[in-house]
Amino acid sequence: MSLKPTARTEARPSPKVSDEIRKTTCYMCACRCGIDVHLQDGKVKYIEGNRDHPVNQGVLCAKGSAGIMQHYAPSRLRAPLKRTGPRGSGHFEEISWDEAYDIAVSWLKPLRETAPEKLAFFTGRDQSQSFTSWFAQAFGTPNYAAHGGFCSVNMAAAGIYTMGGAFWEFGQPDWDRTKLFMIFGVAEDHDSNPIKIGLGKLKARGAKVIGVNPIRSGYNAVADEWIGITPGTDGLFVLALIHELLKAGKVDLGYLSRYTNAGFLIGEEDGLFLRDPDTGKPMVLDRTTGKPAIYDTPGVKPDLAKTHRHAGATYRPAFLTLAETYLDPAFAPDAVADRCGLTADRIKWVAAELARVAFDEEIVLDQPWTDWKGERHDRMIGRPVAFHAMRGISAHSNGFQTCRALHVLQILLGSVEVPGGFRFKPPYPKPPEAHPKPHAGVRPGEPLDGPHLGYPMAPEHLLVNEDGSAKRIDKAFTWENPFSAHGLMHMVISNAHAGDPYRIDTLFMYMANMAWNSSMNTSEVIRMLTDTDASGEYVIPHIIYADAYSSETVAYADLILPDTTYLERHDCISLLDRPICEAEAAADAIRWPVAEPDRDVKGFQSALIDLGARLGLPGFVNEDGSQKFADYADYMVNHERRPGVGPLAGWRGENGDCHGRGAPHPDQLQKYIDNGGFWIGHIPEEAQFYKPWNQAYQDWAVEIGLFDAQAPYVFNLYLEPMRLLQRAAEGHGPVQPPDHLRERIKATMTPLPVWYEPFEETVVDKDEYPLHALTQRPMHMYHSWGSQNAWLRQITNANKLYVPGKVFDETGLAETGWAYVTSAHGRIKVPVARMEALNERTVWTWNAIGKKRGAWSLSDDAPEATNGFLLNHLINELLPPKGDGRRWANSDPVTGQAAWFDLRVKIEKAPPGGPSEPAHPPLKSPVGKGPKTIAYGEDF
Amino acid sequence: MTSLPEKTGKKLGLVIDLDTCVGCHACVVNCKEWNTSNYGAPLSDMDAYGSNPVGTFLNRVHSYEVTPDTGLAQTVHFPKSCLHCEDAPCVTVCPTGASYKRVEDGIVLVNEDDCMGCGLCAWACPYGARELDQLAGVMKKCTLCVDRIYNDNIPEEDRVPACVRTCPAGARHFGDFADPDSPVSRLTAERGGMELMPEQGTKPVNRYLPPRQKDASLSEIKALGGDIEEPKGLLAWLDKALEAI
Repeated sequence: MSLKPTARTEARPSPKVSDEIRKTTCYMCACRCGIDVHLQDGKVKYIEGNRDHPVNQGVLCAKGSAGIMQHYAPSRLRAPLKRTGPRGSGHFEEISWDEAYDIAVSWLKPLRETAPEKLAFFTGRDQSQSFTSWFAQAFGTPNYAAHGGFCSVNMAAAGIYTMGGAFWEFGQPDWDRTKLFMIFGVAEDHDSNPIKIGLGKLKARGAKVIGVNPIRSGYNAVADEWIGITPGTDGLFVLALIHELLKAGKVDLGYLSRYTNAGFLIGEEDGLFLRDPDTGKPMVLDRTTGKPAIYDTPGVKPDLAKTHRHAGATYRPAFLTLAETYLDPAFAPDAVADRCGLTADRIKWVAAELARVAFDEEIVLDQPWTDWKGERHDRMIGRPVAFHAMRGISAHSNGFQTCRALHVLQILLGSVEVPGGFRFKPPYPKPPEAHPKPHAGVRPGEPLDGPHLGYPMAPEHLLVNEDGSAKRIDKAFTWENPFSAHGLMHMVISNAHAGDPYRIDTLFMYMANMAWNSSMNTSEVIRMLTDTDASGEYVIPHIIYADAYSSETVAYADLILPDTTYLERHDCISLLDRPICEAEAAADAIRWPVAEPDRDVKGFQSALIDLGARLGLPGFVNEDGSQKFADYADYMVNHERRPGVGPLAGWRGENGDCHGRGAPHPDQLQKYIDNGGFWIGHIPEEAQFYKPWNQAYQDWAVEIGLFDAQAPYVFNLYLEPMRLLQRAAEGHGPVQPPDHLRERIKATMTPLPVWYEPFEETVVDKDEYPLHALTQRPMHMYHSWGSQNAWLRQITNANKLYVPGKVFDETGLAETGWAYVTSAHGRIKVPVARMEALNERTVWTWNAIGKKRGAWSLSDDAPEATNGFLLNHLINELLPPKGDGRRWANSDPVTGQAAWFDLRVKIEKAPPGGPSEPAHPPLKSPVGKGPKTIAYGEDF
Repeated sequence: MTSLPEKTGKKLGLVIDLDTCVGCHACVVNCKEWNTSNYGAPLSDMDAYGSNPVGTFLNRVHSYEVTPDTGLAQTVHFPKSCLHCEDAPCVTVCPTGASYKRVEDGIVLVNEDDCMGCGLCAWACPYGARELDQLAGVMKKCTLCVDRIYNDNIPEEDRVPACVRTCPAGARHFGDFADPDSPVSRLTAERGGMELMPEQGTKPVNRYLPPRQKDASLSEIKALGGDIEEPKGLLAWLDKALEAI
């Protein structure tokens, strides 16, 4: 082939860029940026950021810019597949959609009629959870969740329970005003472009960034201060900062007394709030009258210091208990510094800097507002310190409490929902009591009795049978992990394989690579998926998997429903789900087919619409039994969750001129397309800060349909639901934990944030396994998706284990360049590299670069398979035995979040050369391999 | 050999802020997708799904670790593309005249029709900023998106190089260094913008803004030094502080 250029060679100043621009939403990662897709001759020519879009404001990351290579990837599945060889062999035949639906219905219909719980439906990195959960609820199985349990549920749940929202989708720093930005455990974690845009703004005006991360890469590389903390000790570090602030009186007492439960009176005996007998509302001691009063009574000024005697019991304000707890010298910087891998002086410096910026550089906006008690304020006062945190602190077995500690820190500084601080994005703030409670009421042939997931507020809300067994296959909402708000997708396969708590029939998964990088203990999970019983039948009898690409997991399913690429599909980024709102606006968005599929594939949600109809699920069929929605696009426009409230908020009502609430509007999708693929509704100026307590915000939220009634609340410094769990463990109340969990519940479910040693460290010999091992996500890759992308894989196609210089030298790793890395669970062989900008007790590598041979249409000798590796092989979903006859979960005891980052390892020199180990045999690709060369754009 | 213009009207180029660049590769990939479909031959990818995938890129990000004698090690992300040198050795070494520097704006370009793929220019460039496309057999390099910056078919605000348009952190700036009042000239002056390897005598147009001083907390002793200790001091402080609210 000769590509010697002709017409294109000359420097033409004004070439035509494309025939047409179609604006949709990116899906190269989870961040949902707006993109302008340029099409020429029906092909995608160029993708750039949409300047008008609230998320990315025109910019686009490496992933988004590589969308062409994803859209045309050779790994795309082409048609529904039926397995013809043994599981894992990769032998399939292409079948029609009708046959695929018939097979699925033949498995699922009998289950619905007899035992709906035998369907486990887990949807991975799903952006349509309000829809997929609706399907699961209509089917009647309690076994539904997405991937939050192995991602960042600690961050989300700790945020919701503490203050009605967390980071990323829940809120963002006030990028235009903050003067000090502090990040914890953030690599390329969400959200991608907004954080980079924000950092750029801070850098442009010289604002400071403090990065807390064992590894100095990415955002931490540009941070002005790098705090190279030892993994798993962030909570201790944060509590030391709180100690320093309290000791100096540098907390915002006015804010705390007005907007938090700092003044709530707590019984010294039972640790529960003193409540008004008539309303059940918590009481404070009013400084003006010296008498107890309901906390939200207008004019009441809570006393944060005085104790109160009532009916023979003593009550103390929550703040007093908090202050006494953290003033304990055990939390002093000098007491924790070694443990954190820091010096006490640096911890003190950070505390002093936080206090200086928060209180000496106060921001005042001349914006009057009215609080929920009717009091008018003539200004908005801001503390310009903002935080952001992600998986680095949440993926530990002490992650929930660590995230709680961080939220308490920002609340003590008075920097939440104020100018310059952290701001919620609609539909947040939303306190835990405003969320549903979890449901698992199964009635054969009927829908589930309510939403699957939610926020328990008391032991009575757990999903436990009379005999103590779990109602859900993943054991979410049990005493092992009572606040597992996102479910535990990472436990589904091992529990289903073990038949604990019960056997299932069909495992139905979407968009989660559970046979590879999304599971702990990958090799063992593969064994479970292929394991047979005495009769030769698979232990997990049926597996349905939906994916757009030839991922590792495809090979282990019996039936494949091929999804489209992101440019070929409808989606709604819905206010009912995980929207794209900003602190100053509500917003939602769509994807629409800017390119037509050239394969026999279907957007997964449309396939689920079809399947739901064929199963006759309520909501999916009309009264006469006919299919209700033609496809997902039809559902997006015409489904109403509550009267007038549907998946999309923009252009509702008969004439398409209502926003938020309104009847379905037939031209709604065209209105979105005409507007660039999104809708945005701005929050009034007066409503933009103090949202939980701001009358104008509450009015606005009701008006556009976020809630049906005003729901002001105060932040939970002291989390009473945790105390209720502890009390149950102490023997109080009708719902009791099993005895073997009582001590752990008492120790870990403290109503004020606590730090405890990560579980794995308490079980393994720390001298034998002296190092912490972590992964980070590269900025240009999203989970396993990047490797099939011809452009992105040229940036990273193999990963090395980065080893601190001292360890590298002592181990003699320079000699061979390869090492054995061993945990209590397994051993892998990996290539290594030296790194100094790294906590000296930590090794790390890039996440999800290692691939199984044969997957993703890569050649069998692709570096991803020969030199790339996963740390997952070293991590088990269970902790090593500790001699009590039980196996304890390797997860957070509050939420069940997978404790990926608790991993301890040792490292030894290995013989030179690959392949990395374990080396799995190749899979047969159902779609063949990619072409040898690419010259994309030669047609244009 | 090929001659350089004595003077160019404009001196177009980039300012790249190393204090802000997070090393995300957005510029690398957006450059690739724009340029593979526009000026000159496509930017090909050899062995695209195989064991040694190597393609042509006009812009790459390198990451370096800097370990000072005292203080903490640092990571610096360093995007690198053609610096459009005033005294460009890649031009003067070209045997066919294919490489040239434009008199009107100083952009260094390759006329691919005249390029025979000898590779001398790539050898002459001290920055390693040129790549010979293995499929087309012609030399590829940054064009400063010459087909964007004057392009009447795209909105005026988008008439900047693709790398600048896409950079999420705003670490890349495009402009005219011949104008001392241009934003790029002012930014260079304010932040101590540096030439890359000035000792090579190539007089590069692009500038790099150096990383700011880091880790002040290592040398600066600062502590709140409070003396509130429970329980008596705490109650006294609280009483006083609450009274003031």
